[in-house]
Amino acid sequence: MNALTHYETPLLQTPFHARTSAANKMHSWGPWAGYASVLTYEDLAMEHSSIRNAASVYDLCPMVKYRIEGPEAMAFLNRLTVRNVAKLSVGGVQYTVWCDDAGHLIDDGTLFRMSPDRFRLCCQERHLPWLLDSAYGFDVAIREETEEVAALSLQGPTSASVLAAAGSDVTGLKPFRMADFAFVGGEVTISRTGFTGDLGYELWTVPELALPLWDHLFAAGAQHGLRPIGSDALNIARLEAGFIITGYDFTPAPQCVREDRLRSPVEMGLGWLIDWEKGHFTGRRALLRAKPKWAFVGLEVDGNIGAEGAILYHDQKTEVGMITGACWSPTLKKSIALAQVQAAHAAGGNLWAEIYALRELHYAKMMMRARVVDRPFFQTDRRRATPPARF
Amino acid sequence: MSYDALIIGAGHNGLVAACYLARAGLKVCVVEKNNWIGGAAVSRELYPGFTYSNCSYVSSLFRPEIMRDLELSKHGLQILPYEGGAMFTESGGYLGMFRDHDANRREMARHSKRDAEAYDRYARDILRHCRFIRPLLMRRPPDPASFRPRDLAELAWLGKQMFDLSEMAMYDMIRFWTMSIADYLDEYFENPVVKAYQAVGSIIGTALGPMSPGTAYVLLHHAMGDVDGNVGAWGYARGGMGSITKALAASLRAAGGQIRAGVAVEQVLVRNGRAVGVALANGDEIRASRVVSNMDVRRTFLRHVAEKELPGDFVKRVKAFKTRGSSGKLNIALDGLPRFTALPEGAPNVKGDMHFTDSIEKMEAAYDDWKDGRFSREPFQDVMIPTLIDPTMTPPGKHFMSCFVQYAPPKIEGRDWTDADRDAFGRACLDQIERAAPGFKNLVLHVEVRTPRELEAEVGLTEGNIFQGELTFDQLLFNRPVPGYADYRSPVRDLWICGSSTHPGGGVMGAPGRNAAAEILRDMKLPAKDMSDAYAVL
Repeated sequence: MNALTHYETPLLQTPFHARTSAANKMHSWGPWAGYASVLTYEDLAMEHSSIRNAASVYDLCPMVKYRIEGPEAMAFLNRLTVRNVAKLSVGGVQYTVWCDDAGHLIDDGTLFRMSPDRFRLCCQERHLPWLLDSAYGFDVAIREETEEVAALSLQGPTSASVLAAAGSDVTGLKPFRMADFAFVGGEVTISRTGFTGDLGYELWTVPELALPLWDHLFAAGAQHGLRPIGSDALNIARLEAGFIITGYDFTPAPQCVREDRLRSPVEMGLGWLIDWEKGHFTGRRALLRAKPKWAFVGLEVDGNIGAEGAILYHDQKTEVGMITGACWSPTLKKSIALAQVQAAHAAGGNLWAEIYALRELHYAKMMMRARVVDRPFFQTDRRRATPPARF
Repeated sequence: MSYDALIIGAGHNGLVAACYLARAGLKVCVVEKNNWIGGAAVSRELYPGFTYSNCSYVSSLFRPEIMRDLELSKHGLQILPYEGGAMFTESGGYLGMFRDHDANRREMARHSKRDAEAYDRYARDILRHCRFIRPLLMRRPPDPASFRPRDLAELAWLGKQMFDLSEMAMYDMIRFWTMSIADYLDEYFENPVVKAYQAVGSIIGTALGPMSPGTAYVLLHHAMGDVDGNVGAWGYARGGMGSITKALAASLRAAGGQIRAGVAVEQVLVRNGRAVGVALANGDEIRASRVVSNMDVRRTFLRHVAEKELPGDFVKRVKAFKTRGSSGKLNIALDGLPRFTALPEGAPNVKGDMHFTDSIEKMEAAYDDWKDGRFSREPFQDVMIPTLIDPTMTPPGKHFMSCFVQYAPPKIEGRDWTDADRDAFGRACLDQIERAAPGFKNLVLHVEVRTPRELEAEVGLTEGNIFQGELTFDQLLFNRPVPGYADYRSPVRDLWICGSSTHPGGGVMGAPGRNAAAEILRDMKLPAKDMSDAYAVL
C-alpha cells in the first residue's frame, strides 16, 4: 500500500475507476469505506428501473473483505457468528451477523465458503482486531483482503442473460451458491447473491481483470438493457427488498458512543439467524438473558411522500421510534420504510410518522399513518427460480 | 478609590472572571505585574515583525460558551482549525495525522493494519469519557463530605451520570481515571509509533511519564475540547494565543472594567479575617470589597497572604499541592520554512503538531532524566508552525515555530537553573529538530528559550507548572486545589481564587474564571448576567 501521498487522494479509487468515472456523467461521488463511490451515474429513476426491468452493474469493491483460513476456520466462524457455519457447504454463501460479548450487534455480512478450510467474510465495517482477538485459541489465519478483490454486482431480470451472452452459463446456479468461471487467462467467481431482492449475481475477481471484466460485461449486456447504477438506486432496491445497512439502520457496537443506541440481533429483527443449538457463540449468554427493548419493522406509510428520518409516534402523541430508511417505492407505488420501534409497538396498530416535506421553502408537516407489514416489501419469483426465467 | 472586585493577574482566567463580574455590574479592576497582559495566553513581539505565542500555543479547551457570552469574536478573537501532524521515527519515516478519517486509517495501516482498524473502538471509548467529563467543566464540583443541600444535589446529579452507564462502562471509567496511558493504549494498539502518537496528549504539562498511573486522564484533558464541534481537535488563535487575552481585555473594557498593567501585588490585605484589598510592591494600596487571585494556589497563599491569616492545615495542604514543573518552551523566528525530509513534498502534516519521540519507552526515558533532576537529553517536543495557517504573525515567507518541550525540571540537580543550563537545554531541542529537518538551524533568526525558571519568573507559575498544578486524580474535582476549598473560596472571607489551580484545571479553558465569577455572584446574591450554562451534550 503506497500511502505516502494519500493526502492527495483521501478517497481510494476502485479497480473499476477508469470505467465508473467515465460513466459518472453527473460527477456524483460519495465516500464509502474510504473509496470514491458513485451515487448516481446519470439518472436515478432510470438506474433503479434497470434493476427491476433489465440489468444493472454496481461497483462492490469498497465492501470490506476478510480472508479466514485454517483447519479451525469453520469452528472459529461458528464461535464468531450467530448462524451455524457447519451447515454452510463449500460453494455456499450465508448471510450472517455477529455480536460482542454483551450480545450487541457488531455488523452483518455475507460469509462465502471457498473451500473446506477457507472463507471470505464481506461486510460494511472494519473488524480486524475483533476477528484476531476472537481467534485466540483457534488454528486460523485472518487477513484483510479488500484491495485484493475486485467485485461487481450484476442485478436484474436479464442478468442471467447478460452472463449467458458473456459466455458464463449460470442457469444451474441456485441462490446463495457460487461457481468459478474461466476468464481471459484468469478466473471469475460468480455467486448468486445480491442486495436487491431480485435475480442477480455478484462477480469476484482479481483487480488486474477488473477492466476487462467490465468491458466484457457491458459488451454482452448491450442487448439486455445493462447500465451502471450508483448507491442511490441500489438504496431504493434494498429498501424494497427490506435489507438493512450497518450504520444506517443500526449503529455498530464498536462505534456506538451512546450505550442506549446499542441493538441486539433480535432487536433488529434478525433473531431468525441465531442457532441456539449449535453450541456457544460470542454473545449467546447475553442474548439468552436479554429482554428485547426494541423491534425492527417494515412500514407502509400513507401518502406519497418519502418518510426518511421521520419520528414515529403512538397515537400521534408519544414518541416510540424512528424511521431509519425510507423511500417512495417505484416498484410498489407505495411509501415504504424501515424503522426501529419500542418492542411494545412491534405489532403496530396505532403508529404515525411525522413527515416534513419541503416545498418551495415551506414545510408541509404531516402526521401519516404507518402500518407494520411483512418484509420484504417487494417479492418476486425471479429471485429464487432456478433455472432463472428468461426475463 | 475602592473596587467591588480586584483581580490579581491578567491571565485568561482572571480576565474571564473580571468580564463576568463587570457585566453583572461590579466595579472591577485587574492588576498585572508585567507591563503586558495575558499571563500564559500571551503574544509578544520579541523579534521585529514576529508575533509569538510565548507560552500556550494552541486552543481547544477554551469554552465556546465563554467566547459567546463575552462577545470575543466581536472583540477580535478567531480560533482557526489546523490540519496535519506527524510523529517522525528514528528510522527516517513518519506516522502522519490526517483530518479525513479514511486517509488517517490508511496512514495508520502503513504501520499496522490491525491498529488502523482498532482506532474506531479507541475513539469511541475516549469520546465516551469526554461525554462524561464535559458537563462537569462548568459546574462547581460537589463536595462529597458536605451535607449542604447544594452539594447533595450536585452529588446526586453526578451519581446519575454514573448510573446511566452500563456496568462495563462504569468499570472502564474508573479504570481509565487512574491508569497509565501506556497500559491503556496497550489494550488497543500494538505498534510503538501508533502508541507514541496517541500518548502525546497524556504527558503534556505533567511531571509524569507515560508509564505513570494517572496519565490516561491527562490524555482525556487534552481530548475533551473541540474546535466547532470537532471533539479532540485543536486550533490556533489567529494572531497568537495572546489574541484570547486581548479580546478578553477589550470585552472587559467595553463592560466598564479596568486593567492596570505593571502593577505588582505584594500582599493581600486582610482585616478581621476578610480581604479588603491589596498592598502593591510600590507601597500603594488598592481597596476592594473582594480580591480574586488568578495566581496559582501556592503563589497566592504562600507568598501573598500572611500565614497567620490562614489555618495551619490549609497551609500544609497548599504546600503539598503538586505544581512540579515539567516543561519548557522554545519560540523561534524562522527566515523560511524548514524541510522535514521524511515528509513527501507538499504533505500537509507540517501544518500540525510534530514530534520526534517514536515510542512510549523513549518518552519514559525522557522522563527518567526529569526524575534525576536533569532536562531530557532526548526531549519530547510538540512542534508547531502556526504561520503555515495564520498569515498575521510573521512577514510572508517567514515563520514562527513553537516548540513545547518535556521534560525540564524546576531545578537542575537540586540547584537553580543557570543561563548555561538554559542554553544547553535549547541546544538539545534545536539539535533534535535539525536531525529531522537538515538546514533548519540556518533559518533561525531568533530563539526565546523558556525553562521552568523563566516561566515562574515571568508568568508567575510556581515551579513553571503550566496547569497551575498537576492534573492527577488526587488534585481534581473536589480535591482541586485542596479538599474543602474546591468552591473557589479560601479560608479568608472575600479572598477568592480563579486560576487553573481550581476546577477544572488548566489548558486555557477559561472555565475556572467563569466558575469563580459564578460563585462570587452567587455569594453576593446577584444574578449572573450574560453567563450561559454549558452547552448540552447530546
